Amino acid sequence: MQQEFKASIDRALHNANLTGALGKFSEAYKVNRAKAYEGIDFEALRTTIAERKGYAASHLKELSALFQKNAEAKGAKVFCTNDPAQVREYILKVAQENGVKSIVKSKSMATEEIHLNPFLEKAGIEVNETDLGEWIIQLAGQTPSHMVMPAIHMTKEEVADLFSKEIEERLAADIPRLVKVARNEMRPKFLRADMGISGGNMAVAETGSIVLVTNEGNARLVTSLPKIHVAVVGIEKLVEKFSDIGPILKALPRSATAQLLTSYVSIISGQTPNSDGSLKNLHIILMDNKRSEMAADPMFKEAMQCIRCASCLNVCPIFRLVGGHVFGKVYTGGIGTILTAWYDELKSSEHIQGLCIQCGACKDVCPGKIDIPALILEIRRRLVREQGVPLLQKSIYAVVNNRRVFHGMLRAASVAAKPFARGTKFIRHLPMFLADLTDGRSLPAIAAKPFRDVFKTIQQPKGLQEKAVFYGGCLIDFAYPEMGEALVRIFNKAGIEVLFPEGQTCCGAPARYNGAYETAAGNAADNIRALLANQADYVVSACPTCTVALDHEFIATFESLGQRQWLPQARELAAKTVDFSTLVKKLVAEGRLSFREGQELGTITYHDSCHLKRTLHADGPPRELLQKAGYQLTEMFECDICCGMGGSYSLKLPEISAPILQRKLHNIKETGAPVVAMDCPGCVMQIRGGMDQDGSPVRVRHTVEILAERMRD
Amino acid sequence: MYEQFKTRAEGVSAEVHRFGTSTEALAFLVNFLRDEGVADQDGQYCVVAGCPFLGAIDQTQMAAVSGVFFEVSRERAAGAKVGISQVDWALADTGTLVQDATAADKRLVSTLPFIHVALIATSGLRADMESWLADVQPDTIGYLAMITGPSRTADIERVLTIGVHGPQRLVIVFVDQLGGTN
Repeated sequence: MQQEFKASIDRALHNANLTGALGKFSEAYKVNRAKAYEGIDFEALRTTIAERKGYAASHLKELSALFQKNAEAKGAKVFCTNDPAQVREYILKVAQENGVKSIVKSKSMATEEIHLNPFLEKAGIEVNETDLGEWIIQLAGQTPSHMVMPAIHMTKEEVADLFSKEIEERLAADIPRLVKVARNEMRPKFLRADMGISGGNMAVAETGSIVLVTNEGNARLVTSLPKIHVAVVGIEKLVEKFSDIGPILKALPRSATAQLLTSYVSIISGQTPNSDGSLKNLHIILMDNKRSEMAADPMFKEAMQCIRCASCLNVCPIFRLVGGHVFGKVYTGGIGTILTAWYDELKSSEHIQGLCIQCGACKDVCPGKIDIPALILEIRRRLVREQGVPLLQKSIYAVVNNRRVFHGMLRAASVAAKPFARGTKFIRHLPMFLADLTDGRSLPAIAAKPFRDVFKTIQQPKGLQEKAVFYGGCLIDFAYPEMGEALVRIFNKAGIEVLFPEGQTCCGAPARYNGAYETAAGNAADNIRALLANQADYVVSACPTCTVALDHEFIATFESLGQRQWLPQARELAAKTVDFSTLVKKLVAEGRLSFREGQELGTITYHDSCHLKRTLHADGPPRELLQKAGYQLTEMFECDICCGMGGSYSLKLPEISAPILQRKLHNIKETGAPVVAMDCPGCVMQIRGGMDQDGSPVRVRHTVEILAERMRD
Repeated sequence: MYEQFKTRAEGVSAEVHRFGTSTEALAFLVNFLRDEGVADQDGQYCVVAGCPFLGAIDQTQMAAVSGVFFEVSRERAAGAKVGISQVDWALADTGTLVQDATAADKRLVSTLPFIHVALIATSGLRADMESWLADVQPDTIGYLAMITGPSRTADIERVLTIGVHGPQRLVIVFVDQLGGTN
């Protein structure tokens, strides 16, 4: 990663104002958003929105033409173009033809995208942003750091300084007073402006209407007071029917600011009268700027379903640490990464795409039902396809893809790591450039004897009828073999023999998450061969990331690469694959496993691993099982927020991973529970390592270890 | 539905009143204008946009308050403390008013003054946006305005502040038997 980019991350992380403001907002947002959606079937709502926006995305040409026809029938002039330069020139031409000296603007991301303000100012026209946040950043000479709250990165003191300079009067950092100053300063600008420029939240084809959603009331003034109104609208805002406004208006304010509805929604259909009785000179610019290319891409078409609510920023554990000036260009955060890759160019997203930890929190709340993490992964894949894998990573994957070499190296590492482990199960310090990896967290010492060797020594009862293939995954195999042993004990009690095919290797997730799909496909093929070699009733894994690989991603990887010959076997494997807790829950329900009775084991708290909760939707079974075992469950704050591990993410961006971990440790300790359980050995590695460096007595355990101790014989 | 509307609208800092007849509503308005110190001086005017309500009342009672203007210009609206207009629908589930605001005076009186008084016939209440969408004929309306509470911002440190570019207060007056025609 570029030095300069790393430096910008570092600056953001050390900006206490920024991380404080974003952190507080994201905590409140989660609660308020849930409240705003009370009584609403969010899944049904977003399915409708995705369908309506998806329809529009596949009929862009027709809807643009229909919009143009209907709006022009009502006196508007509609200009359609693919080229940002033409948008700028068109607006300048309208301004010059009408002798425009001064312009007021309401918030528009599309005009930010095409850098309209400096262009008009160069031509000698005064341009005033009127949205409070936009005005603040205009005065500061900055770009918006958030799509909905452009100035969220600034403190009231900074705003007071800016305003003081502007009005040449020393102002205190008193927010109501500052807002009043903005109102008073802006009034004459509104009243004297010759042109108003707005964006558009929706453009309705069947009526030629523009919908504007705002809170401050500035858009009402921008579209009412000046005699010329220019609306710049990206074609992704097109919807077919007037009734499509309903579902989008239901979701947009709730998802954006947790409001039931914004203070103002204006629906403008054609020319309206000015206060002197003349008719408004109304221009609507439908801007493509690569949007139709995006809509034509089978994968990225989904991104056209975005309604620009920015909820993907608000729930992102990375965004709340670094903000939009690091995580984005004009458009920020998860969706911003995707839009930057298209509206700008793929290369522009090179660094920011690496910030995504793939936790999936954004996908859960997206009202457009966009699989944002999957699209970012696709960007990563395409970048790797264009630019190749960085040399260091390439040599790692070459090793990972050769099981014998890989496993040989891990064994060697066990010996090499010994001096660092100093007889404990942890590596607390590493020398030189590796020091970051143990900053705030210890690493597990590589087991002296991997699970694949331990397994051969386990005596399983003879004559068990059912068979389960155990997919260990690298962490259980080489760092936590005791988790594998616990799993075998449990399934033996249920009358299931556990098989451990030696040919199994890395699940390919590390390669896939770094865009190296060929390597991931090689891993997938090796594993399919190994895991399907034996007849078994289940393929079970105690690592959710591995389970997701077996269950979903082998198929997706082969599909992406067009290696269709592997699909039938990949599907056969997926059908048999189940995560540990889900299978145990089933066996308990069938009466094949039971817990020792009368156990009162005290409190426990549970950390949701990203893949288990958001891809496998299996957050229920472990909680149920732990309670059945005799624990009293105390939920922690933000139980389903990522622990910062993210596979190799914590190795690539340890400076971001570390504060996410610290927050998780804090939330765990706040519950007062002496034990925290989780279903992912990766999370165990991160959180156990964190607790070790913290010197905290909280025990960090995989559910499999806990349950194995509590099963009745 | 009215109760739900009232709760929702008050939840976003609007003030909600209800009267049986236009005469009662007029009495309330006249008192309100006096209490707010409406006067014939810049910053204290009251501007009223043309609406059916005006046809249903004795306008002279309103005109008796000095500083009340029925002719609305930009300058007058910019210097007004209070703006009065009639809106067409109210959506109970969000506390939202909906107005055909195509006429420029309706927008001037509801955007520029500090206080917007919105009159509405109680029969204009709808349960939610869906039921309103089924009612409305969007093709005939040039400027549809939805108003939910006063103007607000949270752009500085996420602190909610009422009254930025639009009105600081929204006073909603329901009239059961509003009468009057355009």
